Amino acid sequence: MNFAASPVLELTLPVWRSRFLLYVFVAGFVLLLGRAVYLQGLNNDFLQAKGESRYSRVMEVPANRGRVLDRNGEALAISTPVKSIWAIPGEAHPGARQLARLAALLEMPQAEIGKRLADTGRDFVFLKRQISPEVAERVASLHISGLFQNREYRRYYPSGDVMAHVLGFTGADDIGQEGVELAYQDRLAGKPGSRRVIKDRLGQTVEDIESIKAAQDGKDLTLALDARIQNLAFSQLKAAVAQNRAMAGGVVVLDIESGEVLALANFPTYNPNNRSKLVGTQLRNRAVTDTFEPGSTLKPFTIALALEAGRVRPESVIQTAPGTLSIGGATIRDAHVERSLTVAQVIQKSSNVGAAKIALGLSPESMWEMFRDVGFGSAPGLGFPGEAAGKVRPYRSWRPIEQATMSYGHGIAVSLVQLARAYSVFARDGELVPLSLVRVDAPPVGRRVMAPKTAAAVRAMLELAVNRDGTAPRAQIVGYRVAGKTGTAHKQENGAYAADKYVSSFVGFAPASHPRLVVAVMIDEPSTGRYYGGTVAAPVFAQIMAGALRALDVAPDRPMQPIELPPEGQEVKESV
Amino acid sequence: MVRLNLLLLVVLAACALGLVTSQHRARTIFAELEQEQERSRQLGVEYGQLQLEASTWAVHARVERIASRQLHMRVPEAKRLQIARPEEAAR
Repeated sequence: MNFAASPVLELTLPVWRSRFLLYVFVAGFVLLLGRAVYLQGLNNDFLQAKGESRYSRVMEVPANRGRVLDRNGEALAISTPVKSIWAIPGEAHPGARQLARLAALLEMPQAEIGKRLADTGRDFVFLKRQISPEVAERVASLHISGLFQNREYRRYYPSGDVMAHVLGFTGADDIGQEGVELAYQDRLAGKPGSRRVIKDRLGQTVEDIESIKAAQDGKDLTLALDARIQNLAFSQLKAAVAQNRAMAGGVVVLDIESGEVLALANFPTYNPNNRSKLVGTQLRNRAVTDTFEPGSTLKPFTIALALEAGRVRPESVIQTAPGTLSIGGATIRDAHVERSLTVAQVIQKSSNVGAAKIALGLSPESMWEMFRDVGFGSAPGLGFPGEAAGKVRPYRSWRPIEQATMSYGHGIAVSLVQLARAYSVFARDGELVPLSLVRVDAPPVGRRVMAPKTAAAVRAMLELAVNRDGTAPRAQIVGYRVAGKTGTAHKQENGAYAADKYVSSFVGFAPASHPRLVVAVMIDEPSTGRYYGGTVAAPVFAQIMAGALRALDVAPDRPMQPIELPPEGQEVKESV
Repeated sequence: MVRLNLLLLVVLAACALGLVTSQHRARTIFAELEQEQERSRQLGVEYGQLQLEASTWAVHARVERIASRQLHMRVPEAKRLQIARPEEAAR
């Protein structure tokens, strides 16, 4: 039979059936095409992300916190990476031996680790923070599953308690919490960045795709502080507080030309590297945040104002007999009764009656203005957290007795930094200089608050106070002329003056012929029976000033002769 | 025509292989760069630690203690001091 004549071929099917099949296929292709266009062209973000997640990783780029340096580049605070160990409690099941070795490495009791790992309600628990990288490596070599490590920074302060109050410290997350660390947080803090990379099967980075955020290391901060002077100031202060069995003390050293704070020390203090047993009194940056009634150290300002107003001349004679002065029922006393004193001697012998008499010839408004002009009653602007402004009451509310007592530093409250800065006015020929905690490259512009002639006259009086016949013979330094003033004040307690509690202070500058440094010393509650500023604070001043002048290579302005002290028991006692 | 096509095919294959090798080389070099950068970070960390160590050893209290106790150094007395001024020395 011929194949072509097969009857099967004769069979004719309806045309629509083949057409139908064709359309079905075409429709299928169109559908696939559409889907392909949709996935690859229109809505490809999701798949692209899925694909990328197989090989690309976002990596954290760490940033360092800036260092804090002293003016000569010595490192005072450095951050270095440490590790913290954390765990997922549900997943970490160390064996008994592993647990024992982990506990030994972390220096924690086993029971404590067990307790933290048993807390399965949480999925994140720190076992220990801030351990050294070497220990962390040994922990990692124990291969405990569910145990992870984090990179953190820890701040170290090599100088320990010496500069604690200036530097402050950072918390566990390397964020400043006190002092300079807090004040300059923005500048010191680094900004960690991140970048996207391609990693291969072995976990090696093979390609950099993009930098999402560039890491920014924190900037180094160069302080005005001189580590040598700071160290000297701190050790002398510490010795003086111990020797006088005092409650506390403070020292401020200023550079007169630049207004820089070369040293700022407080006692009691703390070690910023180990803050586990810290109490509030240790934390106080007394020289900046606490105020006290300065006592006689304010007399030179009253005298300066009287000189400026033309009321008196340095050689004018003031009647101080009989050593007391009654104003409105209250009595002002001198410790050392003289019949009459010149204005210069009022400073030299620190006479309260003399200062009060001079003050009563001045208007309250002008006195108030003088106090404000030299920086009392307003924050000194160092940039420290919690700077005290001190207290100068408005002159309208002053009674005559108050005006008289303010002339010798009672009824007014200042901080030690304010006092040191105010004395720079005499040292700088009448200009008040802005203070700075960070190094200053160009000398700042001061604000004139009194005539150069007045400042020079007061300087000469302050020099008299620091000699054999003044209240502070112990402030003398071999080889340098010193000018300064003692202060001894009763402390106020519950609104009244305590009979047996004193604040002893001394503020001065040297070399007197061309002043370079101001040093202010304050000793709070000396309790060995000696409380005069001239015996308690002046020797500390002399030690610090002598050492600082030598450290800065300041040329002597006096022959190198041993200093002269008055015979024992014949020192001029200052009025309290 | 066929010959030209074959030639282009060979050129294409060569280019493709070249791309693969250069990509591979780029990646190995990049990995090396990455390692070196990591090393530089490590060295930076070590520098910080060494600086820390240096300033810990150079703490003034320690220097002073060694100077006075071990080396018996002290500040000279006033009468034994003599000041030499630069202008006098130049004369």
